[in-house]
Amino acid sequence: MLQFFDPQKDLSPDKDYGTPAAVHNQADMELITMTIDGRQVTAPAGTSIMRAAMMSDIHIPKLCATDSLEAFGSCRVCLIEIEGRKGYPASCTTPVQEGLVIRTQSEQVAKLRRNVLELYISDHPLDCLTCPANGDCELQDVAGEVGLREVRYGFEGENHLTVEKDQSNPYFTFDASKCIVCSRCVRACEEVQGTYALTIDGRGFDSKVSAGQDESFMDSECVSCGACVQACPTATLIENSVIDQGQAEDSVVTTCAYCGVGCAFKAELKGEQVVRMVPYKGGEANRGHSCVKGRFAFGYATHKDRVTTPMIRDSIDQPWQKVSWDEAVNFAAKRIRSIQQQYGRDSVGGITSSRCTNEETYLVQKLVRAAFGNNNVDTCARVCHSPTGYGLKTTLGESAGTQTFDSVEHSDVVMIIGANPTDAHPVFASRLKKRLRQGAKLIVADPRRIDLLDSPHIDGAHHLILRPGTNVAFINAMAHTIIDEQLAADDFVAQRCDMEAFNRWKSFIIEPINSPEKMAEVTGIPAENLRAAARLFAQGGNSAIYYGLGVTEHSQGSSMVMGIANLAMLTGNIGREGVGVNPLRGQNNVQGACDMGSFPHELPGYRHLSNTEVRQQFEQAWGVPIDSEPGLRIPNMLDAAVAGSYKGLYCQGEDIAQSDPNTHHVEAALRNLECLIVQDIFLNETAKYAHVFLPGASFLEKDGTFTNAERRISPVRKVMEPLGGKADWEGTVALSNALGYPMEYNHPSEIMDEIASLTPTFSGVSYQRINEEGSLQWPCNDDAPNGTPTMHVDEFVRGKGFFAITEYVATDEKVTRRFPLLLTTGRILSQYNVGAQTRRTPNVDWHDKDSLEIHPHDAEDRGIVEGDKVQVASRAGDTVLTAQLTGRVQPGVVYTTFHHPESGANVVTTDNSDWATNCPEYKVTAVQISKVAKNSEWQQQFKSFTEQQLDFLGRDDG
Amino acid sequence: MANNRALSKVFVPSDTTAISLGSDDIAARMATTISQQDLALQLVRNGSRGLYWLEPMLELETEAGRVAFGPVTAETFADLVAAEFWVLGEQATAHPSYLGLTEEIDFLKKQQRLTFERVGVIDPLSINDYQQQGGFEGLQKSLALSAQGIVDEVKGSGLRGRGGAAFPAGIKWQTVLDTQAEQKYIVCNADEGDSGTYADRMLMESDPFCLIEGMTIAGLAVAATCGYIYLREEYRLSQQRLEAAIAIAEQTGFLGEDVAGSGRRFSITVRLGAGAYICGEETALLESLEGKRGMVRPKPPLPAIEGLFKQPTVINNVITLASVPIILAKGGAFYQDFGMGRSRGSLPLQLAGNLKQTGLVELAFGVSLDIVLQQFGGGTRTGRPMKAVQVGGPLGAYLAEGQWQTLLDYEAFASAGAVLGHGGIVVFDDSVDMLEQARFSMEFCAIESCGKCTPCRIGSTRGVEVIDKIKAGKDRQKNLELLTDLCDTLEHGSLCAMGGMTPFPVMSAVNYFPDDFNRSDET
Repeated sequence: MLQFFDPQKDLSPDKDYGTPAAVHNQADMELITMTIDGRQVTAPAGTSIMRAAMMSDIHIPKLCATDSLEAFGSCRVCLIEIEGRKGYPASCTTPVQEGLVIRTQSEQVAKLRRNVLELYISDHPLDCLTCPANGDCELQDVAGEVGLREVRYGFEGENHLTVEKDQSNPYFTFDASKCIVCSRCVRACEEVQGTYALTIDGRGFDSKVSAGQDESFMDSECVSCGACVQACPTATLIENSVIDQGQAEDSVVTTCAYCGVGCAFKAELKGEQVVRMVPYKGGEANRGHSCVKGRFAFGYATHKDRVTTPMIRDSIDQPWQKVSWDEAVNFAAKRIRSIQQQYGRDSVGGITSSRCTNEETYLVQKLVRAAFGNNNVDTCARVCHSPTGYGLKTTLGESAGTQTFDSVEHSDVVMIIGANPTDAHPVFASRLKKRLRQGAKLIVADPRRIDLLDSPHIDGAHHLILRPGTNVAFINAMAHTIIDEQLAADDFVAQRCDMEAFNRWKSFIIEPINSPEKMAEVTGIPAENLRAAARLFAQGGNSAIYYGLGVTEHSQGSSMVMGIANLAMLTGNIGREGVGVNPLRGQNNVQGACDMGSFPHELPGYRHLSNTEVRQQFEQAWGVPIDSEPGLRIPNMLDAAVAGSYKGLYCQGEDIAQSDPNTHHVEAALRNLECLIVQDIFLNETAKYAHVFLPGASFLEKDGTFTNAERRISPVRKVMEPLGGKADWEGTVALSNALGYPMEYNHPSEIMDEIASLTPTFSGVSYQRINEEGSLQWPCNDDAPNGTPTMHVDEFVRGKGFFAITEYVATDEKVTRRFPLLLTTGRILSQYNVGAQTRRTPNVDWHDKDSLEIHPHDAEDRGIVEGDKVQVASRAGDTVLTAQLTGRVQPGVVYTTFHHPESGANVVTTDNSDWATNCPEYKVTAVQISKVAKNSEWQQQFKSFTEQQLDFLGRDDG
Repeated sequence: MANNRALSKVFVPSDTTAISLGSDDIAARMATTISQQDLALQLVRNGSRGLYWLEPMLELETEAGRVAFGPVTAETFADLVAAEFWVLGEQATAHPSYLGLTEEIDFLKKQQRLTFERVGVIDPLSINDYQQQGGFEGLQKSLALSAQGIVDEVKGSGLRGRGGAAFPAGIKWQTVLDTQAEQKYIVCNADEGDSGTYADRMLMESDPFCLIEGMTIAGLAVAATCGYIYLREEYRLSQQRLEAAIAIAEQTGFLGEDVAGSGRRFSITVRLGAGAYICGEETALLESLEGKRGMVRPKPPLPAIEGLFKQPTVINNVITLASVPIILAKGGAFYQDFGMGRSRGSLPLQLAGNLKQTGLVELAFGVSLDIVLQQFGGGTRTGRPMKAVQVGGPLGAYLAEGQWQTLLDYEAFASAGAVLGHGGIVVFDDSVDMLEQARFSMEFCAIESCGKCTPCRIGSTRGVEVIDKIKAGKDRQKNLELLTDLCDTLEHGSLCAMGGMTPFPVMSAVNYFPDDFNRSDET
């Protein structure tokens, strides 16, 4: 029977088909029919015989082939016979051809395979029973399949059996004595990860896998993404956890709780214990790839610092008292109610978490609106991507990215603005690098030389080195050039956009002030470089924009987002694969938290409170009146707390004391609260100011969903019981019940059902549908029952695309003689955000402290050498970091990460914020640097405060 | 002064072999003698005629033609100077080193030099010499033809790849011509590494313009504008000659933006190889040329479709490309008239090993191996009986006496379980131990294996070990069977010819010289 294979539907993510699917457009896919072992088999042209056979459940033994890598043809185990052809071609490297008659089994083929295995085993330890890969070893499987019974060569010959292990990496061991030199690790490092840290050293029998120039894995360029471990067919590269614990017995597919890429993982388990996390091939965001955080850094979930008992105290100067959940929530509810009685209904509020599930976030905002009775709810997106929500809603009509991650495979030009994908979104970066190696062009607009620019086999990238704070000047000059040089997609604009707004915008943008020549003085980008980049973007084919917090965290963050959307519309790069506007979301569920109504002015689905119809719908469902006036944003809450009018806060899974700007101000606000309820897995910085601590649950301890940067709603599945007794949603339910607003849910699926019933873009979402599809991209409703991979295809969500005028206004945060340098901040690969999770894993082996990157020129001027303690002082405050001299930053700019609380990066950042959304201007702070001998006053206070609070915890730290 | 006199030319070869035998020293002495005695002689450094047992071979231009003296040692040279050899008096012609007219030397006279017609005759870097001897005629004819017209001539000539695989060059070119791409390449495989071979080196050192012309014609034939010569790393003299010749060709307009005034573009770059035998395998060569580790690529895709930098690429051996100018100059039919069966034209054989007369012999296909060994090689140098002959490099079979009647023809050799390969012939007398030769062949594979495919990577090392066990008399019969089985795995399981052909020499030694595998060492 002829069969048509739809790779999306008919293939199992759990099966290895040996070679990747052939690349072609669905439309012109030619189907080839041949006979394999007497059966008629059909496969798309370009498919390998191996894959064609495997798709038809005809098994061919293999060792060097795996379907995440291009065929290599080295192991010679998959040899077959083709009628009319000489010899025994390798099925992995031989493409299908019409009418071939293929035999995968014959006496001669069997003998060849057995003899090849015999050669392998003549240089392989015979310790299968005590080998960590026992039960998960392809070499063992194939030896069994081919019926190897003896090794006639004996074992006295030349061999690699005594090679020493490399145990330098904290997560995996390289045992070269077990290596069969299939090069799968080397190829995975190249093809999947794109780092090229591994190679084969030597030739012939001496060939061996080598990290870097014969270095240890840890000393090499290896980024510990795990692709090599994943690809290894033997025990040569294997997780230490498997060596220690043995093979897993069970597995659950779930979603990573780190960045906004939202990788799918198979959590492999022994009972409730996670043995390892394996990137899941069926995951559409990651397609089987991972990074060092998601794959390995999950040990924090069972770290000794986990606080697993509810605690209360009257004042933050008192020790904590461990209590039951009931006592804790009753204590909290009583305090909240008495504050509201004394200071008014609006004197309390809540902060939802971008790390918790959609369901949990939804419940917290529901609690604030229904139980607190006000709209004082905000989320940490306030401090990261709130301008994205505002800017994209205004221009395109929806507060979300327009594409799938797969889309990058169709891009010809990729512009990265204010993002550092190799560090902050590593799995996306690998997919991007793959496309760049295929020839797509790269434009990077960043004050700093990010690693992407130095990736192997990517050359000719345009790096537009702009001064921090001048994004809008840059994007305006891009648009100006495109108009000026008549490169705009006029037809697209005429058909798809609001022409009145466009014409207004056009007359603004064409003003000489916006020309690259004029703006060069502001941005520092030479006009010719900018024009070249603009030409490439407009004329290079499918052009896509990816951006990060380097766009949003500015006083003109919202303007910049609109400028980006303008540019995409102007060049017709929206509404199909390969193009679009793609915010790279920092946290796992920052998209979801925004979708779920976490903002003080919006109900779930980005619907404004002032819309009576919408409000009534929720009032009816929730059985309470809803205030039509927006509540306080996080900065307003903090200001009001300092002023004394805001007294109670329920903060779930968010650490504002470390992550929000101007730490002095935040600390003052927190000290002023009379009831701070913190729900978290650790006693984080904010919890040190708390009165009630509710133990949180990690992503391994609950069911729910996360929504990633591509609007993909993916399942989070419980693999262990919550250590603190309740999942976060259960904690919120308990608190709400104690407050007298009853919530009754038996399972998060019921919360999702409520969300779906109240949110038009989610109406088609249910756990059943998610389980069927693996994941769903919203909008998912009757119009798009299977979700929406690409948005704005035929028309914009708002109807006509809106060109917003984006006048460049310089930030108030200006360099002066007193503060002559600009500080900007970012992330590093091994650490995540405030580091609460990654600092409690061996990831600290890569990054155990934050340091200050400074250009050698600026260092020389100040007599600073590598490793010096330097004070970083701004108008807001000062802290002390270790200097690291590098040409990555331009003269006049310094850079630090903010993963360690004692670094105090946010002591230095200021109150400046985005004009539209109050997103803090983290990325631009005028500072002065000087050499000092000791830590700052704040750091010393921080140290003693931390010690005191740990004492209050009653923890016996030895 | 000698300046106004008509000068007679005296030739002292300058190829690597002649130099290694002292020709530079002779040339220096010649120059000194000319100036000291103010002789009416012009010293020319030609390439080698390929009569290596006579090198350094000095030639003198006379009205009757060039006469030769050789081998000319320092002592001989002193004698010849004393005899005033340039007047070619009785004393000179009576000298034992006097060889008479070069063209009449039996070894040379019996050859059919087509590709090597200018080799040893001209000054390698004289573009005038080159043109006077028929150089660039092929290119000029090509410029008048369409691309398809050139390919048709090559097809009609029956030329097959001289690197060893003997694939019809015209068909390869046709594939590249038919494959659409913005950029195509011509790659010359000059990574000559077979033991006992030196034809590529001789040609590049003695007639570099011939290769340049051949590559340029190939470029015109398939619309490639860029050529690379991937040159064996040790061939530094070839590198100098080629680079000098390319510079001259560029200056004289035979290479560059406007080839011979045609408006067509072609450039050639010389790249030194990575110093590994496997880089002579065409796909490993392409990897290496791209700057990567020299590892064999699986085929398909064919290099003609996805070759250098994934673009359509003609990759041919030096001799293949150097045979193109004469084919175009004289027509495919002319070349096709030489040879037999499906082996058309001529094959430059390289005699080496235990022979009286070693050197380059270019012959039309169809002569028996025995004739080459006896009439050209002159029997063994030691005078002992010949025992084995290895034809086609380190991966070629060892032929025993009964097979020496085999005709030099790709198909005839194939049916004898042997290969002609690149035309290297290495002779052994009866003192050779064929078990050691089998071991050497296996060890060669172990040393030169790129390490990609399992049979070659592990099998070659195990093969050496098994042969050692046979040698030591350990389970001899079982280990002979294992060796046979291993060779079967190598032949049918390897990714490329390196592992695939190693069984040829090994098994030919086992099969044709069984006594050497049954001797006991325990005496």
